[in-house]
Amino acid sequence: MTLNELQKGQSATVTAVDANRELKNRFSSFGLVKGVLIYTECHSLAKKTMEIRINKTRIALRASEAEKIEVVASE
Amino acid sequence: MSSASEKATETIKIALVGQPNVGKSALINSVGNARLKVGNFSGVTVKKEEVRFSREGYDFEITDLPGSYSLTDYTIEERVTKQYLDESDYDLILNVVDSTNIERNLYLTTELLSLNKKIVVALNMTDEAVKEGVQIDAQQLGKILGTPCVKTSAVEKTGIDDVIQAIINTYNRRENRFHIQFSEVFEEEITHIVSFLEEKKIKCKISLKALAIKLLREDRETYLRFHEEPIWTELQPIVNKAYQHLYLHYDTKDLDDIFNDEKSALAKGAVAETVKFNKEITQSFTDKIDALLMHQFVGLPIFLFMMWGLFQLTFEVGSIPMDWIDAFFALLIDGTKNFLGETELASVIADGAIAGVGAVVLFLPNIIILFLGIALLETTGYMSRVAFLLDGFFHKFGLHGKSFIPLVSGFGCSVPAYMAARTLKNDRDRLLTLFIIGFMSCGARLPIYVLFVGALFSEEQAGNILFLIYISGALIGVIAAKVLKMTVFKGDDEPFVMEMPKYRLPSFKLIWHTVSAQAMMYLRKAGTYILMASVLIWFASNYPKQVEMDQEYQAKVEQAQTEEAINTLNNELALYKLENSYLGIIGHASEPFFSPLGYDWRMAIALETGLAAKEVVVATLGVLYGLGEEHDEQSRGLIEKIRANISFPAGISFIVFVMIYLPCLAASMVFMREAGGPKYLGYLFVFTTATAWSLSFIAFNLTQMLT
Ligand SMILES: Nc1nc2c(ncn2[C@@H]2O[C@H](COP(=O)(O)OP(=O)(O)OP(=O)(O)O)[C@@H](O)[C@H]2O)c(=O)[nH]1
Ligand SMILES: [Mg+2]
Repeated sequence: MTLNELQKGQSATVTAVDANRELKNRFSSFGLVKGVLIYTECHSLAKKTMEIRINKTRIALRASEAEKIEVVASE
Repeated sequence: MSSASEKATETIKIALVGQPNVGKSALINSVGNARLKVGNFSGVTVKKEEVRFSREGYDFEITDLPGSYSLTDYTIEERVTKQYLDESDYDLILNVVDSTNIERNLYLTTELLSLNKKIVVALNMTDEAVKEGVQIDAQQLGKILGTPCVKTSAVEKTGIDDVIQAIINTYNRRENRFHIQFSEVFEEEITHIVSFLEEKKIKCKISLKALAIKLLREDRETYLRFHEEPIWTELQPIVNKAYQHLYLHYDTKDLDDIFNDEKSALAKGAVAETVKFNKEITQSFTDKIDALLMHQFVGLPIFLFMMWGLFQLTFEVGSIPMDWIDAFFALLIDGTKNFLGETELASVIADGAIAGVGAVVLFLPNIIILFLGIALLETTGYMSRVAFLLDGFFHKFGLHGKSFIPLVSGFGCSVPAYMAARTLKNDRDRLLTLFIIGFMSCGARLPIYVLFVGALFSEEQAGNILFLIYISGALIGVIAAKVLKMTVFKGDDEPFVMEMPKYRLPSFKLIWHTVSAQAMMYLRKAGTYILMASVLIWFASNYPKQVEMDQEYQAKVEQAQTEEAINTLNNELALYKLENSYLGIIGHASEPFFSPLGYDWRMAIALETGLAAKEVVVATLGVLYGLGEEHDEQSRGLIEKIRANISFPAGISFIVFVMIYLPCLAASMVFMREAGGPKYLGYLFVFTTATAWSLSFIAFNLTQMLT
């Protein structure tokens, strides 16, 4: 599944980041790389924008960007 | 070199680098007693800024650079940083790191270390780290990174002397060790290349290891340099072989991936060895507040409510000292005239300078409250939240969520707002934002609104109307953005990825510094620029002298019977003189353009002088409406004068025009520079003037129909 399908409060592990070079570099400088654990903090209306947390970093991103991140939801 | 005097103090040039929002600017403010802008969101500093000070017998020259997540050129400000590091001349890098989020921060540190420059690492936010139970062994970390690490707190001013000492020691250290260790596979390939370069006796400013890394990173400059040389035929196969090995080992052909992996591994390794997390990550303070403020349904209404509250406050609280200021200047005008008599000098001082400056200073309380609101938004961390909440809405209108930050700065002053747009990565997004920043009414327009709203509406309504003005200005801006996006700035959407800072309670001092600096700027402007403009307007409205008319009326006055008749005659004369002054002539010339909007020539002139600075609009009105009414004892305050002279529909139409038309001269110049040339300023002028005129026309006719 992809990151945008996660519900609020769910956590997941990143399995792949499928973005262009620039965006991928940006993600990785935020610590968003293969293997890290992600928490879904909240969504805006209609799930257009979401906030996730990786370690101590909170990141806001749009559903269109979240789609590019493959995750496996944890229990 | 022999000098008789004592040896000159040495200057240490320092590049201040770190990820965004780690406290770089705050740290320099503490170290060097500077007043750089500090705020709790990414992208406060957008251009490089120099701070100089002397300590311990050295001169320090620190360049505060925009925060960068990594050394890429993702956005303009990050390009500024990368370019500075690559091309400028500096002695060492001071790398500021957020101790509470050290792993991600070390990611940049490893990149800096591969530049092979002298580096001092400041582990900032130590106070927060202690509270969060993050314990860092700075000494051990220093050993791993091969460079001194010092714990600091910019807010509590701890570790400042240690940083200075570390900088001096590092500066004086002769050789520069290259200390970071990549993974074994990687190091092996590096060693191969290095030994080849050694054999060939290659000379280079940076160490051979750093050079080898640059080659492996496919660094353009390095390639260009070697490409021309005969050695390239031998070097290329070696580098190629290294690539093959790396591709095989990492199972990818993406060099960025490989390097990102290496950096993450380095950062992770260093953290594992030196950092202890003593507290479980539980629901933090920030999470609790966010549950409410970022709630998908109530988040936006809360924001709007707070804005509404701010404008209520601007009006309610602001009007208390306003009455005093108004009375004070009225007294000053009368006093001056009494003291100097009915002379030209008295008039230029009282009716020109004091009336103009007074009209602007009158609104200082409102300005302070507005700036206080913006300062709170900027320093608490709420700003990024609102950008998040509004992203969906903005997106519909073709704007990037991050545009919110420059747009909010625009409510204070357009000049920094135009600069802040640099955080937008895409040129189209940035231009679009630049074009609509002017729709966010800047602080200098507030006096005009307060004046007109105060004159046209009841006190209970005033705050609401003010709120409405700002909201509708913003809405018009957003709609304008949509129009521009559909016509001029067509294109795909850019990704929206933004860091959310944690909430921070700003110190009183920080707020005080931010607000007082802006209030002082407003006053300074009133005392210089506005003062000059007021005197100029006074002259233009009093000359040329009408000697014949004076005599004619003099005769009439002598014949007049009643007090009332004399008053009428005097007013008639004053009006005649005003209308035939230089200003009157210009005003009448532009009247045809403005009269469909309901303005008399005085309002037209006020708008025109407002092109220089928006405060001048109020000053002009102060001078112009002050002059014609000299004999009317009752209407003293400017607000009353406006009420007496300007009709309701004309006033509304005036407000609409002010909301939209071209920002002041200074802002226009900055706009031109940021947008990339005079032609853009031309577009902006046509675009804003056309919009302002049409909407004011509609507003004028609508209100006329309805009232
Ligand atoms: N508690 C605490 N807060 C700090 C410290 N240093 C900075 N801050 C706060 O962190 C925030 C960011 O500070 P800035 O100095 O603007 O950060 P910056 O690194 O210059 O940010 P950019 O210019 O955006 O790259 C502000 O809210 C500061 O008040 C510190 O040592 N302790
Ligand atoms: Mg800064």
